Amino acid sequence: MSTLVLAEHDNAELKDATLAAVTAAGQLGGDVHVLVAGAGCGAVAEAAAKVAGVAKVLVADDAAYGAALPENVAPLVAGLMGGYDAFVAPATSRGKNIAPRVAAALDVAQISEILSVEGPDTFTRPIYAGNAIATVKSSDTKKVITVRGTAFAKAATSGGSAAVEAVAAAGASDKASFVGAELTKSARPELTAAKIIVSGGRALGSSEKFHEYIDPLADKLGAAVGASRAAVDAGYAPNDYQVGQTGKIVAPELYVAVGISGAIQHLAGMKDSKIIVAINKDEEAPIFQVADVGLVGDLFTVVPELAGKL
Amino acid sequence: MKVLVPVKRVVDYNVKVRVKSDQTGVELANIKMSMNPFDEIAVEEAIRLKEKGVATEVVVVSIGVQQCTETLRTALAMGADRGILVQTDVTTESLAVAKVLARIAEEEQPGLIILGKQAIDDDANQTGQMLAGLLGWAQGTFASKVDPQGDTVAVTREIDGGLETVALKLPAIVTTDLRLNEPRYASLPNIMKAKSKPIANKTPADYGVDMTPRLTTVKVTEPAKRQAGIKVKSVDELVAKLKEMGAVA
Repeated sequence: MSTLVLAEHDNAELKDATLAAVTAAGQLGGDVHVLVAGAGCGAVAEAAAKVAGVAKVLVADDAAYGAALPENVAPLVAGLMGGYDAFVAPATSRGKNIAPRVAAALDVAQISEILSVEGPDTFTRPIYAGNAIATVKSSDTKKVITVRGTAFAKAATSGGSAAVEAVAAAGASDKASFVGAELTKSARPELTAAKIIVSGGRALGSSEKFHEYIDPLADKLGAAVGASRAAVDAGYAPNDYQVGQTGKIVAPELYVAVGISGAIQHLAGMKDSKIIVAINKDEEAPIFQVADVGLVGDLFTVVPELAGKL
Repeated sequence: MKVLVPVKRVVDYNVKVRVKSDQTGVELANIKMSMNPFDEIAVEEAIRLKEKGVATEVVVVSIGVQQCTETLRTALAMGADRGILVQTDVTTESLAVAKVLARIAEEEQPGLIILGKQAIDDDANQTGQMLAGLLGWAQGTFASKVDPQGDTVAVTREIDGGLETVALKLPAIVTTDLRLNEPRYASLPNIMKAKSKPIANKTPADYGVDMTPRLTTVKVTEPAKRQAGIKVKSVDELVAKLKEMGAVA
């Protein structure tokens, strides 16, 4: 039994999502190898080699993999799978883009966003936006799996001393090309990696108020900023702020929900947070049913006061 | 250019699903079923391409039980031209669905296939990518903007950390994210008109696809319930509580 894990990275840094995937892969039993496909990604491969539990790092360093186009990465992975029993990718936008294409090439079903490994072929995963948890058993000889990062502990980033081996590039498709990216620049921590998150909802009322009230509290706490889908749809916050079933799934140590009513789809994205604080003027808001500490009050007076007293 | 749009019949997104007491699945008896919301966005995008003169015909496909005809009629009422029902009572897994769609794509030769990024029942998020892989086409998943230009399409994708744009040679696969568009409601005259639009009835066997699921559902359970905590009356109490819990220094 051996498993190939797709590394999540930006050609410079290995991302934390990889570490949860390594843990999940380890639970399948057998050797865990990590594939770093990128362009100029040597530093990422070195970081991956130090991750505890990784036996070998494969590096495909080629211009074709710079933007992680699935048309190029999936054939590379499929070509390597002869030597592996399972392929594990983080359930990031990149992992979700690539893994099913690998599964199709191998003619196997994919098991998406697993929450736990119950056995070498049995896994739990959320369905209906996390309102039910299915235990599924795969009959395929090779497994293709994506891993929900918040459901697994992160493997340690030191202690490993894996061999790094270069693998040949598998060619570049002429059907797709990368044009450009607009990444949200922020001095704050990344939403999915943050220990503390302050999220704002539709009650903020405008983009200006969203920043005026949420940002100082987040700055005070050293927190990432999130938003409900309602706030994003209303244009108060950019779409990559969205926490929820169709946005980011987060599980920080502390989640502060400000002016968020707690729609099912939002709760699905944050209910695994360790401590949830809710501030809402409607005492009947569903968010209070999951909050550890709730404060019924007007956010426009409560939030600045809280920022001042922390 | 012909545009193909697969649509799935799922539990309506407003329904709070309940797990069956025997843990075999969720309660589906007497539950409102609707078109998967991401698929509605896909239908809308295809119709807009037709209205712009980019698409010549919008063909919708649904794979599943007989009642999927209703889902197809909804898409036809929105403005799609014709439907294909591939009838099966077997649980539809993404891989088998992608295989049927690949055969339909070979027959219909669309320039673009637009799918929802995921269905809100099994939350798999696989079919579009698998279909692209099977056909050897380029894919633009989680699209928030679709801009066909000649023999290519520029797709702006919602990714972790922001947006990225890819250029894909046609024919290509696009999967929709929430902010691509806001689907229209079908007007009454269009609902009436949709009743006379053609729907072809097929089976997976017509396409030579074995629908046998690869995954067995062992059980379906309720997620762990989170206990509601306490309510505090003031910011001072909140700060004290957070310090006591060790949540803040």
